[in-house]
Amino acid sequence: MASPADAMAVLRIENLSKRFGGSTALDGVDLAIGAREVHGLLGQNGSGKSTLIKILAGFHAPDPGARLWINGHAVALPLKPGDFRRLGIAFVHQHLGLVPSMSVLENLLIGEHAVAGRWRIAWAREAERAKALFARFGMTLDPAAAVETLTSVERAQLAIVRAFDQITRQPDTQTRLLVLDEPTPFLPAADVQKLFQLVRGLVAEGASVLFVSHDIDEVMDITDRITVLRDGRVADTLRTAATRKADIVRAIVGRSVDLDAMRAPRRAPGGDAVSIEGLRGAIVDDVSITVRRGEIVGLTGLIGSGYDEVVHLAYSATRALAGRLTISGTTLELAQLTPDAAIAAGIVLIPGDRQSDAVVGTLTVADNASLPVLGRQRGGWAISARGMNRIAGALAETFDVRPRDPSRLMAHLSGGNQQKVVLAKWFQTAPRLILLDEPTQGVDIGAREQIFRIIRDMSDQGTAVLCASSDHEQLAAICDRVIVLSRGRIVASLEGDAISKPAIAERCYASFGDTTGSVS
Amino acid sequence: MTSAKREDANRAAQGPDKGQVWIDRGERYGLIVAWLAVIAIFGAIRPEVFLSWANFSTIFGSQAVLVVVTLSLIIPLTAGDYDLSVASVLTTSSMLVAVLNVTHGWPIGAAILAALLVALLVGVANAAIILYFRIHSLIVTLGMGTFMHGVTLWFSDSQTISGIDLTLVTAVIATRLFGIPLAFYYALIVALVIWYVFGHTAVGQRLLFVGRGREVARLSGIKVDRVRFGALVASAGLGGLAGVLYAGTTGAADPSSGMTYLLPAFAAAFLGATSIVPGRFNAIGSVVAVYFLVTGITGLSILGVSTYVQDLFYGAALIVAVALSQLVRGREERLT
Repeated sequence: MASPADAMAVLRIENLSKRFGGSTALDGVDLAIGAREVHGLLGQNGSGKSTLIKILAGFHAPDPGARLWINGHAVALPLKPGDFRRLGIAFVHQHLGLVPSMSVLENLLIGEHAVAGRWRIAWAREAERAKALFARFGMTLDPAAAVETLTSVERAQLAIVRAFDQITRQPDTQTRLLVLDEPTPFLPAADVQKLFQLVRGLVAEGASVLFVSHDIDEVMDITDRITVLRDGRVADTLRTAATRKADIVRAIVGRSVDLDAMRAPRRAPGGDAVSIEGLRGAIVDDVSITVRRGEIVGLTGLIGSGYDEVVHLAYSATRALAGRLTISGTTLELAQLTPDAAIAAGIVLIPGDRQSDAVVGTLTVADNASLPVLGRQRGGWAISARGMNRIAGALAETFDVRPRDPSRLMAHLSGGNQQKVVLAKWFQTAPRLILLDEPTQGVDIGAREQIFRIIRDMSDQGTAVLCASSDHEQLAAICDRVIVLSRGRIVASLEGDAISKPAIAERCYASFGDTTGSVS
Repeated sequence: MTSAKREDANRAAQGPDKGQVWIDRGERYGLIVAWLAVIAIFGAIRPEVFLSWANFSTIFGSQAVLVVVTLSLIIPLTAGDYDLSVASVLTTSSMLVAVLNVTHGWPIGAAILAALLVALLVGVANAAIILYFRIHSLIVTLGMGTFMHGVTLWFSDSQTISGIDLTLVTAVIATRLFGIPLAFYYALIVALVIWYVFGHTAVGQRLLFVGRGREVARLSGIKVDRVRFGALVASAGLGGLAGVLYAGTTGAADPSSGMTYLLPAFAAAFLGATSIVPGRFNAIGSVVAVYFLVTGITGLSILGVSTYVQDLFYGAALIVAVALSQLVRGREERLT
């Protein structure tokens, strides 16, 4: 695996292994990150990515035999928690570690206040320094603004700049290695580009980056080289510029997956099942959509176009200002709808933010999955744990939830399996309209395929599906029709063979600023 | 799916692990074992006093009030709300029984009914303020508790009132079944009802989801506000019942001693959540926890230790209980 660049690697690991009880999480992994390199780390859930990162963070001790060099100097393993700072390494995790109610500047300085006791903080001078720091990377954040008023991408930018700032202020080292652990899954495509601009700016200032992600397109966009882990081993190390996406997918999954074949065959949808008329919300402005029986309709657009708001308004997850939804002869006034009334009408929502909206991690799979059908066991007045486990066990079998243990805590499942539980939870109620919000966010590629199949199966049984997503590949794979929104209005509609990833992306960007009213 | 294969292997490795099974059992029944150990220790030191049936009968009977207060707390706690006003509701209710029955000559039945009604109204007020203004329950019930204490001092003239109708005393403490006063069985019935509702009904599951993930609950079609409302009214109602039992246990009512139940009840609720169904507030665990704490204190006072030990014991128990439940949670997280 040695290449000439490895000799002057910022970080070099050899023979890294880690066993947990009987299972091997990492098995003889070598990794080298060059100076000013953006190095991608890819792999399915359970491939060993997070174990590797936790070893760098000093959270796990590796098995004996592993060796680590930072800037050519050998460093003794295991690292102690917090050692990474001294070594010039900083981590930005998916949950960015910002305090929303505090100001940008306070958040920027948190790390410093944690270690250095100073009697007087020169706020004005720090604010100037922060402004200059942001300006260097083309950002215009107000140091006094509360973090909760920032957009998602601004928060991610702040967290990354903060990490960079912390390591550049380390007196003991010249090393600048940023580990970005899945920083993008909650960001729409346009914002990801902003983040990448920042990453390139940091590299220009001498930083190296280890970029961990599920998203192959993003990794191909930003990295110089890619290391793919599979079953705890390095499946391949690839030079990004010379690699095709299919090669990466094969390295991740261990077999080839034909992305184009995931595209649904054209189907003949049934009659109208659901119609939404005159929908208005915070962004969405007079949108009308009709979905036929067995049809999967995608909703997309740029950030702020309101495409993701539609599914929330139709379920009353956020209350609509106006609009009517007609489903099997019943008309619901969306301005008065509540989620329980939506469920009663046969509507279900699979939220995009799984952790806060869809699952309770501290409760079991059985608890989570049985919630909507509790009333079915003798009116809800004689429920047994065994009964709930039986229902959840059968669902786990049908939806291939692993492990098949309904008494597991939800938090112990991978993202993909959690999402399968959420789908199982709702699909067992035989809904008439399924509302999806980024259904495969934070889900590995194997589970993604399964989730597509599950959604397709539901629509084959006649269920209408509305799927909001900024993942154009996903929309191209599952949708019969894709509706593009801009500034709260429908601006384009693609159907059948006209649907493809580039076509959707083109419509999203081309249509910006050009609003032509609604299409049904 | 190789990653799934690994997870299965993981589970297979953990599944038959005998150590894990014993840790689980230890967690579940540890408190009962600790209780028996406390009994054995004091029994060995002072067998003639401590191991007498009279002593146990007193422990079981006199602490029924604390059991009911503890049970009243775990309902809103499960739904994610604190009810700090429950001790004041107890005081108000016992005082109302005394004032209406003794001072105003109401029949005891009517006095009890009025006391329970007022308790429920306090619950409604708590819930309405919390839900309408979206204020944290800790603040609202702290204020409401002090407010109701003030009301009680006012309408009772800060006097202790004795001479409550003996029918109540007979029904609560003087009549014994298998040597134990009826009060114990009332508390047991409440515990069994809560045990059933928590463990075997949709209502219990909804309560749990509202406490653990409010947004998840709302988006799952649970009427979150209605559940929280119900939980707060139920806890106030049980607080009122505890007050009636208190009046029946002592045959009198005073405007302040009810307040001393609040901290022991919280200690027992959190301690109970570490056993029987570890990690969840549960009725049986709460009952065991109350009697564990009370047995310890009774034993110490039989040994002649001063009364300040009560505060030491309850205060330490609350902190230890919460620390223990934190440890349980930490171990679960490390399993991943």
